[in-house]
Amino acid sequence: MGLRTPMYDMHLALGAKMIDFSGWELPLHYGSQVDEHHHVRNECGVFDVSHMCITDVSGTDAEPFLRLMLSNDVARLTASGAGHYSAMLNEQGGVIDDLIVFRTAEGFRLITNALTCQKIQGWLKQHTQNFSVSIQLRDDLAHFAIQGPESIERLSEVLNSSRAHIIQNLAAYHGSFDGDWFLTRTGYTGEEGIEIMLPADQAVDFFNELIGYGITPIGLGARDTLRLEAGFTLLGNDMDENHSPYTANMHHVVALEPKERDFIGRNALETQLSNGIQEKLVGLVLEERGVLRAGQPVRIEGVGQGTITSGSFSPTIGKAIALARVPIQTGERGEVEIRQKWYPVRVVSPRFVRHGKILI
Amino acid sequence: MSTTPADLRYASTHEWARLEADGIITVGITDHAQQALGDIVYLELPQPNSQLSAGQIAGVVESVKAASDYHAPVSGKVTEVNEGLTDAPEGINSHPYQSWFYRLQPDNPAELEQLLDADAYNASCSA
Repeated sequence: MGLRTPMYDMHLALGAKMIDFSGWELPLHYGSQVDEHHHVRNECGVFDVSHMCITDVSGTDAEPFLRLMLSNDVARLTASGAGHYSAMLNEQGGVIDDLIVFRTAEGFRLITNALTCQKIQGWLKQHTQNFSVSIQLRDDLAHFAIQGPESIERLSEVLNSSRAHIIQNLAAYHGSFDGDWFLTRTGYTGEEGIEIMLPADQAVDFFNELIGYGITPIGLGARDTLRLEAGFTLLGNDMDENHSPYTANMHHVVALEPKERDFIGRNALETQLSNGIQEKLVGLVLEERGVLRAGQPVRIEGVGQGTITSGSFSPTIGKAIALARVPIQTGERGEVEIRQKWYPVRVVSPRFVRHGKILI
Repeated sequence: MSTTPADLRYASTHEWARLEADGIITVGITDHAQQALGDIVYLELPQPNSQLSAGQIAGVVESVKAASDYHAPVSGKVTEVNEGLTDAPEGINSHPYQSWFYRLQPDNPAELEQLLDADAYNASCSA
């Protein structure tokens, strides 16, 4: 048996087909993954993302500690509640984890992947010797993502007036506490959305209320096609410890300024930059019928080869799309091998859909 | 809960087969199969006039989740393929027993008798 969120029985009652994801038993879909996908693009839906790893870092050295541990610079988060996208790198500059970090009154809150939760607890603790910090895994919290163009409006009907006021006024990538609830304007779908972290013992009642107000539950299947259309990378697929953020379309998670800030992986990244980055993560669109999948080989005539790191059918576009790691010289055309046959693909910026609009 | 019409025959690999009045066999995939696959977005059909043997891969069906081969339930020659279904493969999810993939002239009609009946197929799915 895998790990279960407090909503496990509700997922079953809602007809979910459950799958294993990073050791968790989670809903793949509640009937139709494609319908759920469209629902988030056009209205809104709720994801149980309680498997995600929440870690609070506090203590007088929380800031210098995380300036060492993270590729983006938490000193840039000047106000309490401010957040940004970041990464934890190894000494070789490979991506151990990608995350969102928020400044809080006591320090910082890190939202990282379920897959690496135990590993990064160890990784963080292993580096605390010269710092006065406390690291607390918040597995006492549940976590929901309410996403879609109607999410703020619909969620405001469910929340009490103080929390409704908070979510209506949150800037992108910001969070705010209301008691022991933490509400953030973040998401993984390319639509407007709010994420809520709350005590696990209140989660089932709240999930029930969301469903009762007609907010549709959405499974991991649609979460994956939504993030792929938005061009958001997935740990283990599009990035890993053997790949630098520069080859994963994650340049924006690396803050090389100020130069005097040392962070784990910095030396390796600087060497990579001075040697020249050889690969990039691009978007692919299959113009013919078929489905692009992770692992399929890509070839670029006159340039070289690459690999699809994430691929699926895009419900919004109606064609197969993918993220692929290819040589840096790759232009606008390529070919992908599907079942021993090569198909032409268009190479595009890895951002296919945003706020309901097709960008490619 | 999936449906399994009593008037069809089934392969343990989740294809249904229907013997038509003219001796041709019509083939598709079962309700159980489409439920397991999830939203189907792509269908690759066998070549018309190709010869298939029982159990041989006849084509590929892909859902948002995964690609899956389907197999010939009996040996025979492909007489017709449902080209229209490739334009709207989601029909396989909504009407699995109307969404036929191809028709087959069986080499040996008796082979059909070796396929599972509805009860035996249901039993094999729950095994």
